[in-house]
Amino acid sequence: MVVKVYGQIKAANPQRVLLCFLEKGIEFEVIHVDLDQLEQKKPEHLLRQPFGQVPAIEDGDLKLFESRAIVRYYATKYADQGTDLLGKTLEKRAIVDQWVEVENNYLYAVALPLVINVVFKPKFGEPCDVTLIEELKVKFEKVLDVYENRLATNRYLAGDEFTLADLTHMPGMRYIMNETTLGDGLVTSRENVNRWWNEISARPAWKKLMDLAAY
Amino acid sequence: MAGIKVFGHAATISTRRVLIALHEKNLDFELVHVEIKDGEHKKEPFLSRNPFGLVPAFEDGDLKLFESRAITQYIAHKYENQGTNLLPADSKNVSQYAIMANGMQVEAHQFDPVATKLAWEQVIKLIYGLTTDQAVVAEEEAKLDKVLDAYEARLKEFKYMAGDTFTLTDLHHIPVIQYLLETPTKKLFTKRPRVNEWVTEITKRPASQKVLQ
Repeated sequence: MVVKVYGQIKAANPQRVLLCFLEKGIEFEVIHVDLDQLEQKKPEHLLRQPFGQVPAIEDGDLKLFESRAIVRYYATKYADQGTDLLGKTLEKRAIVDQWVEVENNYLYAVALPLVINVVFKPKFGEPCDVTLIEELKVKFEKVLDVYENRLATNRYLAGDEFTLADLTHMPGMRYIMNETTLGDGLVTSRENVNRWWNEISARPAWKKLMDLAAY
Repeated sequence: MAGIKVFGHAATISTRRVLIALHEKNLDFELVHVEIKDGEHKKEPFLSRNPFGLVPAFEDGDLKLFESRAITQYIAHKYENQGTNLLPADSKNVSQYAIMANGMQVEAHQFDPVATKLAWEQVIKLIYGLTTDQAVVAEEEAKLDKVLDAYEARLKEFKYMAGDTFTLTDLHHIPVIQYLLETPTKKLFTKRPRVNEWVTEITKRPASQKVLQ
Protein backbone atom coordinates (compact mmCIF):
# COMPACT_ATOMS: atom_id res chain seq x y z
CA MET A 1 0.00 0.00 0.00
CA VAL A 2 1.51 3.32 -1.08
CA VAL A 3 1.35 5.96 1.63
CA LYS A 4 0.10 9.37 0.51
CA VAL A 5 2.06 12.27 1.98
CA TYR A 6 0.47 15.69 1.66
CA GLY A 7 3.19 18.31 1.73
CA GLN A 8 6.17 19.64 -0.12
CA ILE A 9 9.42 17.74 -0.66
CA LYS A 10 11.48 20.86 0.09
CA ALA A 11 9.74 21.53 3.43
CA ALA A 12 11.38 20.42 6.69
CA ASN A 13 8.54 18.62 8.43
CA PRO A 14 7.44 16.52 5.43
CA GLN A 15 11.13 15.64 4.94
CA ARG A 16 11.16 14.03 8.37
CA VAL A 17 8.50 11.60 7.15
CA LEU A 18 9.99 11.01 3.70
CA LEU A 19 13.41 10.29 5.20
CA CYS A 20 11.88 7.68 7.52
CA PHE A 21 10.19 6.03 4.54
CA LEU A 22 13.45 5.99 2.58
CA GLU A 23 15.35 4.49 5.54
CA LYS A 24 12.69 1.77 5.93
CA GLY A 25 11.94 1.09 2.25
CA ILE A 26 8.28 2.17 2.56
CA GLU A 27 6.63 3.24 -0.70
CA PHE A 28 5.12 6.68 -0.76
CA GLU A 29 3.56 9.27 -3.03
CA VAL A 30 3.94 12.98 -2.37
CA ILE A 31 0.85 15.03 -3.10
CA HIS A 32 2.07 18.55 -3.45
CA VAL A 33 0.60 21.20 -1.16
CA ASP A 34 1.70 24.62 -2.34
CA LEU A 35 2.93 26.39 0.78
CA ASP A 36 3.74 29.62 -1.10
CA GLN A 37 0.07 29.83 -2.10
CA LEU A 38 -1.00 29.00 1.46
CA GLU A 39 -2.77 25.88 0.23
CA GLN A 40 -2.24 24.38 3.69
CA LYS A 41 -4.67 26.94 5.16
CA LYS A 42 -7.48 26.09 2.74
CA PRO A 43 -10.56 24.06 3.75
CA GLU A 44 -9.56 20.92 1.85
CA HIS A 45 -6.25 20.63 3.65
CA LEU A 46 -7.71 21.69 7.00
CA LEU A 47 -9.80 18.53 6.91
CA ARG A 48 -6.55 16.58 6.97
CA GLN A 49 -4.63 18.86 9.33
CA PRO A 50 -6.85 21.16 11.41
CA PHE A 51 -3.93 23.44 12.35
CA GLY A 52 -3.15 24.24 8.72
CA GLN A 53 0.32 22.70 8.49
CA VAL A 54 2.17 19.98 6.58
CA PRO A 55 2.62 17.06 6.48
CA ALA A 56 -0.49 14.91 6.71
CA ILE A 57 -0.60 11.28 5.62
CA GLU A 58 -3.16 8.79 4.38
CA ASP A 59 -2.45 5.07 4.55
CA GLY A 60 -5.60 3.21 3.62
CA ASP A 61 -8.08 4.20 6.34
CA LEU A 62 -5.46 5.66 8.64
CA LYS A 63 -5.06 9.41 8.58
CA LEU A 64 -2.39 11.13 10.65
CA PHE A 65 -0.54 14.42 11.01
CA GLU A 66 2.44 15.65 13.11
CA SER A 67 5.64 14.36 11.49
CA ARG A 68 7.18 13.08 14.73
CA ALA A 69 4.06 10.98 15.46
CA ILE A 70 4.04 9.68 11.89
CA VAL A 71 7.67 8.53 12.00
CA ARG A 72 7.14 6.98 15.44
CA TYR A 73 4.24 4.95 14.04
CA TYR A 74 6.10 3.70 10.97
CA ALA A 75 9.26 2.97 12.94
CA THR A 76 7.13 0.81 15.26
CA LYS A 77 4.92 -0.81 12.65
CA TYR A 78 7.85 -1.70 10.39
CA ALA A 79 10.37 -2.35 13.16
CA ASP A 80 11.80 -5.34 11.30
CA GLN A 81 12.04 -3.71 7.87
CA GLY A 82 14.88 -1.47 6.73
CA THR A 83 16.87 0.53 9.27
CA ASP A 84 15.92 -0.11 12.90
CA LEU A 85 15.08 3.39 14.09
CA LEU A 86 13.91 2.61 17.61
CA GLY A 87 16.15 0.10 19.32
CA LYS A 88 15.23 -3.38 20.52
CA THR A 89 14.53 -2.81 24.21
CA LEU A 90 12.15 -0.53 26.13
CA GLU A 91 15.13 1.17 27.75
CA LYS A 92 16.80 1.89 24.39
CA ARG A 93 13.51 3.22 23.02
CA ALA A 94 13.19 5.51 26.04
CA ILE A 95 16.57 7.08 25.26
CA VAL A 96 15.51 7.53 21.62
CA ASP A 97 12.28 9.20 22.82
CA GLN A 98 14.28 11.46 25.10
CA TRP A 99 16.40 12.83 22.25
CA VAL A 100 13.37 13.18 19.95
CA GLU A 101 11.86 15.33 22.73
CA VAL A 102 15.13 17.29 22.93
CA GLU A 103 14.98 18.02 19.20
CA ASN A 104 11.37 19.15 19.60
CA ASN A 105 11.93 21.33 22.66
CA TYR A 106 15.43 22.71 22.17
CA LEU A 107 16.86 22.37 18.67
CA TYR A 108 13.65 23.00 16.70
CA ALA A 109 12.54 25.68 19.16
CA VAL A 110 15.68 27.71 18.44
CA ALA A 111 16.45 26.70 14.85
CA LEU A 112 12.96 27.51 13.56
CA PRO A 113 12.89 31.22 14.52
CA LEU A 114 16.54 31.49 13.44
CA VAL A 115 15.79 30.09 10.00
CA ILE A 116 12.65 32.22 9.71
CA ASN A 117 14.64 35.37 10.41
CA VAL A 118 17.78 34.49 8.50
CA VAL A 119 16.28 32.71 5.47
CA PHE A 120 12.56 33.28 5.05
CA LYS A 121 12.03 36.89 6.01
CA PRO A 122 14.71 38.16 3.58
CA LYS A 123 13.24 35.88 0.90
CA PHE A 124 9.84 37.54 1.30
CA GLY A 125 11.33 41.02 1.62
CA GLU A 126 10.41 41.37 5.28
CA PRO A 127 12.67 43.02 7.83
CA CYS A 128 14.40 40.55 10.14
CA ASP A 129 14.92 41.09 13.86
CA VAL A 130 18.66 41.43 14.23
CA THR A 131 18.57 41.53 18.04
CA LEU A 132 16.50 38.37 18.11
CA ILE A 133 18.94 36.65 15.73
CA GLU A 134 21.83 37.40 18.07
CA GLU A 135 19.86 36.14 21.10
CA LEU A 136 18.90 32.97 19.25
CA LYS A 137 22.49 32.34 18.19
CA VAL A 138 23.58 32.46 21.83
CA LYS A 139 20.84 29.96 22.78
CA PHE A 140 21.72 27.76 19.81
CA GLU A 141 25.38 27.66 20.87
CA LYS A 142 24.38 26.53 24.38
CA VAL A 143 22.24 23.74 22.90
CA LEU A 144 25.05 22.67 20.57
CA ASP A 145 27.43 22.52 23.55
CA VAL A 146 25.20 19.88 25.10
CA TYR A 147 25.18 17.94 21.83
CA GLU A 148 28.97 18.27 21.53
CA ASN A 149 29.33 16.70 24.95
CA ARG A 150 26.87 13.92 24.23
CA LEU A 151 28.45 13.05 20.88
CA ALA A 152 31.94 12.94 22.43
CA THR A 153 31.05 9.63 24.06
CA ASN A 154 28.27 8.42 21.73
CA ARG A 155 28.52 7.86 18.01
CA TYR A 156 24.87 8.81 17.61
CA LEU A 157 22.53 10.68 19.93
CA ALA A 158 20.91 7.58 21.43
CA GLY A 159 24.03 5.41 21.45
CA ASP A 160 25.84 3.22 18.95
CA GLU A 161 23.21 3.13 16.25
CA PHE A 162 21.47 5.66 14.01
CA THR A 163 17.88 6.06 15.23
CA LEU A 164 14.88 8.38 15.06
CA ALA A 165 16.78 10.57 17.51
CA ASP A 166 19.27 11.49 14.76
CA LEU A 167 16.81 11.32 11.87
CA THR A 168 14.43 13.82 13.42
CA HIS A 169 17.19 16.46 13.48
CA MET A 170 18.17 16.22 9.87
CA PRO A 171 15.67 18.47 8.05
CA GLY A 172 16.30 21.35 10.48
CA MET A 173 20.06 20.84 10.44
CA ARG A 174 20.00 20.99 6.64
CA TYR A 175 18.54 24.49 6.77
CA ILE A 176 21.22 25.61 9.19
CA MET A 177 24.07 23.99 7.25
CA ASN A 178 22.99 24.61 3.66
CA GLU A 179 20.86 27.73 3.67
CA THR A 180 22.56 29.88 6.28
CA THR A 181 26.18 30.60 7.03
CA LEU A 182 25.62 29.76 10.68
CA GLY A 183 26.83 26.20 10.23
CA ASP A 184 30.33 27.39 9.35
CA GLY A 185 31.00 28.74 12.80
CA LEU A 186 28.57 27.04 15.10
CA VAL A 187 28.68 23.47 13.83
CA THR A 188 32.02 23.01 12.08
CA SER A 189 33.83 24.43 15.12
CA ARG A 190 32.42 21.61 17.23
CA GLU A 191 34.38 18.47 16.42
CA ASN A 192 31.80 15.90 17.49
CA VAL A 193 28.69 17.65 16.17
CA ASN A 194 30.55 18.18 12.90
CA ARG A 195 31.55 14.51 12.74
CA TRP A 196 27.96 13.45 13.50
CA TRP A 197 26.43 15.70 10.85
CA ASN A 198 28.94 14.58 8.19
CA GLU A 199 28.24 10.95 8.97
CA ILE A 200 24.44 11.08 9.01
CA SER A 201 24.20 13.31 5.95
CA ALA A 202 26.29 10.77 4.02
CA ARG A 203 23.62 8.10 4.49
CA PRO A 204 22.12 6.81 1.20
CA ALA A 205 18.54 7.57 2.30
CA TRP A 206 19.45 11.21 2.97
CA LYS A 207 21.21 11.50 -0.39
CA LYS A 208 18.13 10.05 -2.07
CA LEU A 209 15.95 12.62 -0.31
CA MET A 210 18.25 15.42 -1.45
CA ASP A 211 17.96 14.11 -5.03
CA LEU A 212 14.17 14.16 -4.77
CA ALA A 213 14.18 17.67 -3.34
CA ALA A 214 16.40 18.83 -6.23
CA TYR A 215 17.63 21.99 -4.53
CA MET B 1 16.72 -2.39 44.40
CA ALA B 2 17.35 1.19 43.36
CA GLY B 3 13.71 1.88 42.51
CA ILE B 4 12.12 4.86 40.84
CA LYS B 5 13.33 8.37 41.60
CA VAL B 6 12.06 11.68 40.26
CA PHE B 7 14.36 14.69 40.58
CA GLY B 8 12.12 17.73 40.34
CA HIS B 9 9.83 20.25 41.93
CA ALA B 10 6.34 19.10 42.89
CA ALA B 11 4.70 22.38 41.86
CA THR B 12 6.06 22.51 38.29
CA ILE B 13 4.05 21.50 35.23
CA SER B 14 6.68 19.14 33.83
CA THR B 15 7.38 17.37 37.10
CA ARG B 16 3.64 16.93 37.71
CA ARG B 17 3.27 15.32 34.29
CA VAL B 18 5.56 12.53 35.49
CA LEU B 19 4.06 12.33 38.99
CA ILE B 20 0.53 11.92 37.62
CA ALA B 21 1.71 9.04 35.42
CA LEU B 22 3.36 7.35 38.43
CA HIS B 23 0.20 7.79 40.53
CA GLU B 24 -1.98 6.40 37.73
CA LYS B 25 0.24 3.32 37.78
CA ASN B 26 0.25 3.02 41.60
CA LEU B 27 4.04 2.99 41.50
CA ASP B 28 6.22 3.66 44.51
CA PHE B 29 8.81 6.33 43.94
CA GLU B 30 10.99 8.85 45.71
CA LEU B 31 10.66 12.53 44.82
CA VAL B 32 14.01 14.22 45.28
CA HIS B 33 13.32 17.93 45.62
CA VAL B 34 15.29 20.28 43.37
CA GLU B 35 15.26 23.83 44.76
CA ILE B 36 14.59 25.92 41.69
CA LYS B 37 14.73 29.27 43.42
CA ASP B 38 18.32 28.50 44.43
CA GLY B 39 19.20 27.55 40.84
CA GLU B 40 19.85 23.96 41.86
CA HIS B 41 18.65 22.77 38.45
CA LYS B 42 21.39 24.73 36.70
CA LYS B 43 24.23 23.23 38.74
CA GLU B 44 25.80 19.88 39.43
CA PRO B 45 24.81 17.29 40.40
CA PHE B 46 21.52 17.99 38.62
CA LEU B 47 23.16 18.96 35.31
CA SER B 48 24.60 15.47 35.00
CA ARG B 49 21.03 14.21 35.05
CA ASN B 50 19.71 16.77 32.56
CA PRO B 51 22.36 18.77 30.72
CA PHE B 52 19.68 21.27 29.66
CA GLY B 53 19.13 22.22 33.30
CA LEU B 54 15.36 21.71 33.56
CA VAL B 55 13.25 19.55 35.84
CA PRO B 56 12.36 16.73 35.96
CA ALA B 57 15.00 14.04 35.67
CA PHE B 58 14.18 10.39 36.31
CA GLU B 59 15.80 7.14 37.33
CA ASP B 60 14.45 3.59 37.24
CA GLY B 61 17.20 1.24 38.34
CA ASP B 62 20.01 1.79 35.83
CA LEU B 63 17.92 3.79 33.39
CA LYS B 64 18.33 7.55 33.60
CA LEU B 65 16.09 9.84 31.58
CA PHE B 66 14.98 13.44 31.21
CA GLU B 67 12.16 15.10 29.19
CA SER B 68 8.80 14.54 30.90
CA ARG B 69 7.03 13.19 27.79
CA ALA B 70 9.78 10.62 27.19
CA ILE B 71 9.56 9.60 30.86
CA THR B 72 5.77 9.19 30.80
CA GLN B 73 5.98 7.09 27.63
CA TYR B 74 8.57 4.84 29.26
CA ILE B 75 6.36 4.45 32.35
CA ALA B 76 3.30 3.68 30.20
CA HIS B 77 5.10 0.92 28.32
CA LYS B 78 7.27 -0.55 31.06
CA TYR B 79 4.41 -0.80 33.53
CA GLU B 80 1.75 -1.55 30.95
CA ASN B 81 0.18 -4.27 33.02
CA GLN B 82 -0.36 -2.40 36.24
CA GLY B 83 -2.58 0.45 37.33
CA THR B 84 -4.37 2.54 34.69
CA ASN B 85 -3.59 1.65 31.09
CA LEU B 86 -2.13 4.84 29.63
CA LEU B 87 -1.79 3.37 26.14
CA PRO B 88 -4.70 2.76 23.75
CA ALA B 89 -7.09 -0.04 24.72
CA ASP B 90 -5.97 -2.49 22.05
CA SER B 91 -2.24 -2.86 22.61
CA LYS B 92 -1.81 -4.89 19.42
CA ASN B 93 -3.29 -2.15 17.26
CA VAL B 94 -0.41 0.02 16.12
CA SER B 95 -2.77 2.42 14.32
CA GLN B 96 -4.44 3.30 17.62
CA TYR B 97 -1.02 3.99 19.02
CA ALA B 98 -0.33 6.28 16.05
CA ILE B 99 -3.45 8.29 16.81
CA MET B 100 -2.34 8.67 20.41
CA ALA B 101 1.12 9.76 19.23
CA ASN B 102 -0.51 12.30 16.88
CA GLY B 103 -2.43 13.77 19.82
CA MET B 104 0.69 13.90 21.99
CA GLN B 105 2.44 16.00 19.36
CA VAL B 106 -0.56 18.32 19.08
CA GLU B 107 -0.41 18.85 22.84
CA ALA B 108 3.31 19.57 22.66
CA HIS B 109 3.20 21.89 19.62
CA GLN B 110 -0.19 23.58 19.62
CA PHE B 111 -1.51 23.52 23.17
CA ASP B 112 1.41 23.56 25.58
CA PRO B 113 3.38 26.62 24.35
CA VAL B 114 0.27 28.81 24.54
CA ALA B 115 -1.11 27.33 27.77
CA THR B 116 2.28 27.55 29.49
CA LYS B 117 2.64 31.23 28.57
CA LEU B 118 -0.80 31.89 30.07
CA ALA B 119 0.10 30.03 33.27
CA TRP B 120 3.41 31.92 33.43
CA GLU B 121 1.74 35.34 33.04
CA GLN B 122 -1.18 34.77 35.40
CA VAL B 123 0.17 32.44 38.07
CA ILE B 124 3.91 31.92 38.15
CA LYS B 125 4.94 35.55 37.65
CA LEU B 126 2.84 36.50 40.67
CA ILE B 127 4.71 33.99 42.81
CA TYR B 128 7.93 35.77 41.84
CA GLY B 129 6.43 39.17 42.61
CA LEU B 130 6.16 40.19 38.94
CA THR B 131 3.05 41.60 37.23
CA THR B 132 0.81 39.98 34.64
CA ASP B 133 1.10 41.45 31.13
CA GLN B 134 -2.55 41.59 30.09
CA ALA B 135 -1.67 42.25 26.46
CA VAL B 136 0.21 38.95 26.32
CA VAL B 137 -2.70 37.21 28.06
CA ALA B 138 -5.13 38.55 25.45
CA GLU B 139 -2.87 37.50 22.59
CA GLU B 140 -2.31 34.01 23.95
CA GLU B 141 -5.99 33.51 24.82
CA ALA B 142 -6.87 34.27 21.19
CA LYS B 143 -4.47 31.50 20.13
CA LEU B 144 -5.82 29.11 22.77
CA ASP B 145 -9.36 29.79 21.52
CA LYS B 146 -8.38 28.46 18.09
CA VAL B 147 -6.75 25.35 19.55
CA LEU B 148 -9.76 24.66 21.75
CA ASP B 149 -12.08 24.96 18.75
CA ALA B 150 -10.13 22.06 17.21
CA TYR B 151 -10.30 20.19 20.52
CA GLU B 152 -14.08 20.72 20.80
CA ALA B 153 -14.54 19.23 17.32
CA ARG B 154 -12.28 16.30 18.21
CA LEU B 155 -14.06 15.59 21.49
CA LYS B 156 -17.43 15.55 19.75
CA GLU B 157 -16.19 12.44 17.96
CA PHE B 158 -14.36 10.78 20.83
CA LYS B 159 -14.70 10.64 24.59
CA TYR B 160 -11.00 11.32 25.08
CA MET B 161 -8.32 12.82 22.83
CA ALA B 162 -7.09 9.55 21.34
CA GLY B 163 -10.30 7.50 21.46
CA ASP B 164 -12.67 6.04 24.00
CA THR B 165 -10.19 5.63 26.82
CA PHE B 166 -7.95 7.90 28.88
CA THR B 167 -4.37 7.85 27.54
CA LEU B 168 -1.07 9.71 27.78
CA THR B 169 -2.44 12.26 25.33
CA ASP B 170 -5.02 13.42 27.89
CA LEU B 171 -2.60 13.07 30.82
CA HIS B 172 -0.01 15.40 29.30
CA HIS B 173 -2.53 18.25 29.35
CA ILE B 174 -3.51 17.99 33.00
CA PRO B 175 -0.87 19.96 34.96
CA VAL B 176 -1.09 23.18 32.96
CA ILE B 177 -4.89 22.98 32.81
CA GLN B 178 -4.95 22.71 36.60
CA TYR B 179 -3.13 26.05 36.78
CA LEU B 180 -5.31 27.70 34.15
CA LEU B 181 -8.49 26.73 36.00
CA GLU B 182 -7.34 29.10 38.75
CA THR B 183 -7.30 32.02 36.30
CA PRO B 184 -9.84 33.89 34.13
CA THR B 185 -8.63 31.70 31.23
CA LYS B 186 -10.87 29.03 32.77
CA LYS B 187 -13.77 30.47 30.78
CA LEU B 188 -12.20 29.32 27.51
CA PHE B 189 -12.59 25.74 28.72
CA THR B 190 -15.97 26.02 30.43
CA LYS B 191 -17.71 27.73 27.50
CA ARG B 192 -17.13 24.70 25.26
CA PRO B 193 -19.41 21.81 26.32
CA ARG B 194 -17.25 18.85 25.33
CA VAL B 195 -13.96 20.48 26.34
CA ASN B 196 -15.58 21.36 29.68
CA GLU B 197 -16.65 17.75 30.25
CA TRP B 198 -13.22 16.46 29.30
CA VAL B 199 -11.42 18.93 31.58
CA THR B 200 -13.72 17.99 34.46
CA GLU B 201 -13.11 14.28 33.87
CA ILE B 202 -9.35 14.39 33.63
CA THR B 203 -8.77 16.78 36.52
CA LYS B 204 -11.01 14.92 38.97
CA ARG B 205 -9.10 11.65 38.57
CA PRO B 206 -7.51 10.62 41.89
CA ALA B 207 -4.01 10.70 40.38
CA SER B 208 -4.59 14.26 39.13
CA GLN B 209 -5.86 15.32 42.54
CA LYS B 210 -2.85 13.79 44.31
CA VAL B 211 -0.37 16.25 42.76
CA LEU B 212 -2.36 19.19 44.11
CA GLN B 213 -1.86 18.13 47.71
